[in-house]
Amino acid sequence: MVDPASAAPLLVLHEATKRFGAVHALVDASVTLYPGEAHALLGENGAGKSTLVKILAGVYQPDGGSLLVGGEPAVFHGPNASRAAGVSIIYQEPTLFPDLTVAENIFMGRQPLGRGRVIDRAQMNGAAAEVFARLGVRLDPARLARGLSVADQQIVEIAKALSLKANILVMDEPTAALTGVEVERLFEVMRTLRNQGAAVLFISHRLEEVFACCQRVTIMRDGSFVRTDPIEALTVSDIIRSMVGRDLESLYPERTSDPGDVVLEVEHLSREGVFDDINVTVRRGEIVALAGLVGAGRSEVARAIFGIDRWTSGTVKVNGKPLPNGAPMAAMAAGVALVPEDRRQQGLVMDLGIDQNIALASLGRLKKFGLIRRSEETGLARTWAERLQMKFGRIRNPVSTLSGGNQQKVVLGKWLARKPSLLIIDEPTRGIDIGTKAEVHRLLNDLVSDGTAVLMISSELPEVLGMADRVLVLHEGKLMADLSGSEATEDAVMRAASGLNAEAAA
Amino acid sequence: MSALAPPAPGRARLLARGSSLLRARELSLFILIVLVFGGTTLKNHNFASANSVQQLLTGAALIALLGVGETLVIITNNVDLSVGSVVGLSAYLVGMVFKHNPNFPVLLALALGIAVGAAVGAVNGLITTVSKVPSLVVTLATLYIIRGADGLIVNGHTIDPEFIPKSFQKIGYATFLGVPWLAIIVIVIVAGAGFAMRSFRSSRDLYAIGSNPEAAELAGIPAAKRVFTAFLVSGSLAGLAGALFLALHAQIDVTGGKGYELTVVAAVVVGGVAIFGGSGTVIGAALGAVLLNTIDQALVATKVSPFWNLAIAGGLLLLAIVFDRWLSLRVAKSLQSAEGAHHDV
Repeated sequence: MVDPASAAPLLVLHEATKRFGAVHALVDASVTLYPGEAHALLGENGAGKSTLVKILAGVYQPDGGSLLVGGEPAVFHGPNASRAAGVSIIYQEPTLFPDLTVAENIFMGRQPLGRGRVIDRAQMNGAAAEVFARLGVRLDPARLARGLSVADQQIVEIAKALSLKANILVMDEPTAALTGVEVERLFEVMRTLRNQGAAVLFISHRLEEVFACCQRVTIMRDGSFVRTDPIEALTVSDIIRSMVGRDLESLYPERTSDPGDVVLEVEHLSREGVFDDINVTVRRGEIVALAGLVGAGRSEVARAIFGIDRWTSGTVKVNGKPLPNGAPMAAMAAGVALVPEDRRQQGLVMDLGIDQNIALASLGRLKKFGLIRRSEETGLARTWAERLQMKFGRIRNPVSTLSGGNQQKVVLGKWLARKPSLLIIDEPTRGIDIGTKAEVHRLLNDLVSDGTAVLMISSELPEVLGMADRVLVLHEGKLMADLSGSEATEDAVMRAASGLNAEAAA
Repeated sequence: MSALAPPAPGRARLLARGSSLLRARELSLFILIVLVFGGTTLKNHNFASANSVQQLLTGAALIALLGVGETLVIITNNVDLSVGSVVGLSAYLVGMVFKHNPNFPVLLALALGIAVGAAVGAVNGLITTVSKVPSLVVTLATLYIIRGADGLIVNGHTIDPEFIPKSFQKIGYATFLGVPWLAIIVIVIVAGAGFAMRSFRSSRDLYAIGSNPEAAELAGIPAAKRVFTAFLVSGSLAGLAGALFLALHAQIDVTGGKGYELTVVAAVVVGGVAIFGGSGTVIGAALGAVLLNTIDQALVATKVSPFWNLAIAGGLLLLAIVFDRWLSLRVAKSLQSAEGAHHDV
């Protein structure tokens, strides 16, 4: 490995500024990357990380500041210029072409050419297979990208970046959709690249990953540079304080659990080929977490309970009354609310106003003589926007203008406005910055203290351990463990999630 | 986990393979054409005569030619509705030149047609890419403008066969080894375009732009340039089709090429080109044109009322779209069950 201190920096971005109309996305952004280092870029959502990434990608041109690559001043007029300078980007959202093959996705615009500048498909597929072999994954280079799981899409993105043989690799939350094994493998690839003298700029909301794989950390806030330090010099609370700009007591509120009557009773619920013989009870004033690896069937159980998917056998009772199979309206009428994992696709109508989105699940209550008055919607929305401390310009602005954290609050508000007795919430804080995360957690805690029952699905182990009164662990569609708060340790949950301690299952 | 995944089950793998999927579409179109052709021949033996087959090919040729350009445009998730008007304009202008200059060289006449179409294509492409107005609206506007301008130029006159040199008309009726020259020209262009669309980086860019425009931008694909080129090609081929229209019919009035745009879009979609871009082939589109034309002629040969023709074309269009939807759902499903296998390992 190259010693950062002695080497010349590969890339220096100094005091970059970028404005979009009246909005200052970057005020004073600086970052320096040395060969052989993994450098974490941290900050809340809206701190300007993605803008910085897009400047390095050549998608945005900075309004001010300087960029040096290998000591030479550089201007990226477009993505091709950035790529030619050895910069390779893995974006947060996979950006694949669903109608093209996996190999073509990797080599788009630089397909290997044979005689007469004709694309050499055999060579292209071979090169893609080589990169996959390096990553230790088995993906057919000749298959279409359509239908790939999010994790596999991310792997194609990583393969794309690797195939560029870049010496500066920028990764914008590459691990958000990956499971433990895949994350491990990605870290291994990062290590190999670093040993070859490349620099990696790593963005993640998961601080444990940052501590596991990065040597230096740059923190941004409100579009400005805050600090760059070696990782050894920082603690988690240092980092959070620098990101948020104030002390944050704790990510997880103090919880006292006082479970009351049973609200949700799921018995022997099965959906053929998806999950099998699931038993869940959730009481008033209790948070039950469904844990497990991606693909273990957690969201599918939630969807079946809410009635989006049909179940093949078993019963679901809410407040003692059985729910009909496959009837979301009946579930809603019984007091069940579902906040889905994918906000943009399943939880929000992006072009409608904040008020209309919040009122969407309560229209039945708002209508008079079959008509809805916008002012009623706005009134209802204001109440919840205040309670959830949303930040927005105008309540009638489209939801698409909000940040990820505030969008999540809109989805929450929409369902809380119905005053549900059971809230099912899938990945409550995915892609949300740390400040908003703490708020969402506090909010869930308030709900539970008011007597709501919460069934929470989460892939973030600290969140599961920090919030849940009981933890149910799924593995391949089967319930592996039912752990009380004190039994639920990181080790116990991970073992069950990997299907290791079948004998310890409740 | 993908790392430990077994190879996907055979059928899912087959369906997932882009090339085999497209090949399946072209094969089923071909089989349909053969079925319609065979069925009609059973009822009317003259349908299989050399003369009738030549008519089939000639009749499909212009739509197939327009289909090449239209395919390029639709693959980028745009549409070119102006092609019918361009056919009329180009045919009339070439006819005018012959009227005033009977010795005008044939090749130059074809080039003139192409130039007229290229000019319109450039305007379409420029407005669409610079002003970012949906091409549906832009080309609908140029459709009307050109048709109107055509009316002013033609001003009630028609150009009659006596003004069109025999050497030019020959393109329309002469054959080489029994194949009409018109069909040969179109087959060469379709084959060339089919090869190009598979094999060159710039043509793969067209698919990328239609498949995911944001990803195309991030990949550094010059989207505006490529979309402009697609319109330019579509316009040029429509101009060429106009000149060939004149050669075939040897006369032209103000209605020449009217309504072609919708026939072309229908042929292209029946031929398996996704209406929202990203997938499809030029050869599929050409087969779509042949199929629609074969049905058209089959109805004539079996003395079914020609009004059925439009209804059948519409039915086929719906069938094609429903089939595509069904197929993509099936692909998604079989891929998901293959994914499921990943997680079960």
